[in-house]
Amino acid sequence: MLDVQFNLPLNNFTLDVDLQLPAQGVTALFGPSGSGKTSLLRCIAGLEHAPAGRLLFNGECWQDSQRGIFVPTHQRAIGYVFQESSLFDHLSVEGNLRFGYRRISAAERRISFSQAVELLGIAPLLARQPQHLSGGERQRVGIARALLTSPRLLLMDEPLSALDAQRKAEILPYLERLNAELEIPILYVSHAFDEVARLADHMVLLEDGKALASGNINGLLPRLDLPLALGDNASVVIDGVVASYDVDYQLLSLRLPHTEQCIRVAHQPVAIGQQLRLRVQARDVSLSLQQPQHSSILNLLAATIVELAVADNPAHLLVRLDMQGTPLLARITRYSSEQLGLRPGQSVWAQIKSVALLN
Amino acid sequence: MRLSFSAMLLCLLLPSAGALADEVKVAVAANFTAPMQVIAEAFEQDTGHQLKASFGSTGQLYAQITHGAPFDVFLAADDSTPAKLESEGETVEGSRFTYATGALALWSAQPNLVDDAGAVLRSGSFKHLAIANPKIAPYGLAATQVMAAQDLLEQLTPRLVEGQSIGQAYQFVASGNAELGFVALSQVYRDGKLSGGSAWLVPAELHDPIHQDAVILRKAAHNPAAQALMNYLHGERAAGIIRSFGYQL
Amino acid sequence: MPLSSSDLAAIWLTLQLASITTVLLLLLGTPLAWWLARTRSWLKAPIGAVVALPLVLPPTVIGFYLLVAMGPQGPVGALTQSLGLGTLSFTFTGLVIGSLFYSLPFVVQPIQNAFEAIGTRPLEVAATLRAGRFDRFFHVALPLARPGLVTASVLGFAHTIGEFGVVLMIGGNIPDQTRVVSVQIFNHVEAMEYAQAHWLAAGMLVFSFAILLTLQRRGRVGARAIS
Repeated sequence: MLDVQFNLPLNNFTLDVDLQLPAQGVTALFGPSGSGKTSLLRCIAGLEHAPAGRLLFNGECWQDSQRGIFVPTHQRAIGYVFQESSLFDHLSVEGNLRFGYRRISAAERRISFSQAVELLGIAPLLARQPQHLSGGERQRVGIARALLTSPRLLLMDEPLSALDAQRKAEILPYLERLNAELEIPILYVSHAFDEVARLADHMVLLEDGKALASGNINGLLPRLDLPLALGDNASVVIDGVVASYDVDYQLLSLRLPHTEQCIRVAHQPVAIGQQLRLRVQARDVSLSLQQPQHSSILNLLAATIVELAVADNPAHLLVRLDMQGTPLLARITRYSSEQLGLRPGQSVWAQIKSVALLN
Repeated sequence: MRLSFSAMLLCLLLPSAGALADEVKVAVAANFTAPMQVIAEAFEQDTGHQLKASFGSTGQLYAQITHGAPFDVFLAADDSTPAKLESEGETVEGSRFTYATGALALWSAQPNLVDDAGAVLRSGSFKHLAIANPKIAPYGLAATQVMAAQDLLEQLTPRLVEGQSIGQAYQFVASGNAELGFVALSQVYRDGKLSGGSAWLVPAELHDPIHQDAVILRKAAHNPAAQALMNYLHGERAAGIIRSFGYQL
Repeated sequence: MPLSSSDLAAIWLTLQLASITTVLLLLLGTPLAWWLARTRSWLKAPIGAVVALPLVLPPTVIGFYLLVAMGPQGPVGALTQSLGLGTLSFTFTGLVIGSLFYSLPFVVQPIQNAFEAIGTRPLEVAATLRAGRFDRFFHVALPLARPGLVTASVLGFAHTIGEFGVVLMIGGNIPDQTRVVSVQIFNHVEAMEYAQAHWLAAGMLVFSFAILLTLQRRGRVGARAIS
């Protein structure tokens, strides 16, 4: 558990947060540019010294202003990946990697040099100078360098934002492997929703230095009291389990958590039982009072209306649905809603026009 | 530095100098600075001519003169430099004469350090003895002759510190960095008496005479003010001023 | 041989003076430059100005105040005398101290510029890689500031070689102690020994040109490394 309390006056606002974050999986600090995400991350790293603050990591105190405790950055068991990779230009790639590795005792090492090099696929780069690497290569070296201090908490500050779409796509799989293969909790700062939707288990929504919400990403995204759900890109992520695969039609069936309902998606075969993440955009979901017959739409799911809210555009409504514990959002026109007489508690059929498999 | 600045000023003043035919530009050895300032004032008063003086070490002034500096009269700190200029044809023939003979003093800024017979040189109760660089300054050469005459040169050499001019030798002693030193009497003598500290007025027979010679430079052959200055230096009023600063004639 | 033994002694002494001064300035100037580059204290401006003073002051001013300060009545002289060291004027040690002041900005400013150019990011990176304060300084800041350190060494050395006014004021022209090349050239000129003056002066000219040429070349290389 990461117990975070900070009060730090910044240029236009004050960073003021009090959060309990899980010390496992990926926690995204999400918000628009200039919302205080990076400042919060720097406070946790000790790079910024918030005048009032308390920071406990798994019970270990890293800062407590009231007791005058401030553990300097280099004594915190963190790894930090900066926005731009910030490799040391006076050292080779290998020199960069060994910089932190050499500074922790052998007993503390839980990630070996070769393991990190293999995980990030940088073996061919070891002898090179940082100046001669591409942006994506530099960032992979930066991540491996941070991992080689065997951190107990990995802090990543928009590690992909300096990269173009192609380089991003090149690195994302490495980040997923990181999450899957190493049991290091990651705090991941981003303003790119697609990265967050793909990687995060837990999410903190920041705006003007305040935490609007903090919680499991599956539960947070459908919340209609948060600005996220009201926008044009409102969506939910669902972690489904592969139930079956239809070889003939090349369709994958994913069972939704807690239910027998499945979502089908055209895909290459995947092993039964594997967990996969889906993203369903609210604007791709339409509602019907009767079970539609003769429709080309593949996914028709029974759901119950939980609540309705006016979208950021008054022509639209957001409808929050529940499918036996799995939430879903539908963005429909206010006109349609009134024609159908939609109200909370009503049973409806949700038609999902398209589904994105995230991993 | 100060000298080149004066030279620059002189250049700036040249147009107006052209209008006044009776102006004399004088290059003066640094040790003669104080008396020259008094003499200049008296000269301008008595003759109506204008006098512009530049001060520097004799070596520097020599270098400037041989490279075309616009001086009319040269008052050196020695007799060899004017003689050298004469042999090089840079002077008006027959103009050279000794305008002053320098006197040497062993001086300390401390009141009782130097006795009036110079015995302190033997007692050795000091760390540094300042002299002017004997290679380039006549007062420095005279100082080494005094020490040699008393068989003290070898013994005192390790304690010698050299100023690049007699002015710097004086500065070393005045600031206390050297306890005592051989300086020009003119530097510590005002109105016929010692201006401070303690001193031994070195007898003239202990060293070669420090003849300070003056010459008119070649380009001033037809400048009446130059000849007027030479005549004035021979006169009674100038002699009085020169003596009052501790020089002999 | 156009150079006399006293000329050679002056050259040797000058090289010693410049080397010792440069080493001491690197030792003293690097922490000072580090402080100036990183501090947000109000003292930064006044101390930075004091460091830069020798750039604009005539060396004779430095020399004159050093002469007064080192004299028996001056504060430095009083201190050294109470420590039983006597006074420092007319000594090699005194020249070294004078040169430290005289060449200070030529060493501190290039290093300070180099430290400022590094910025805070590499040091923050090093902190997250478990490097403590001194570790960061020695293993990140110094290696990254290397071009600045080289420039500082070369300039400090060359500027001390060319020192004249300060030496003239506090040196006393003592062979093997304070008679450096620039003073020796002055002596030759004053003594009208122009041939010998030329040999030494031309040597200084060639040396200075070589130094500046090297720096210009390095400047180009340095600029490439940063981009």
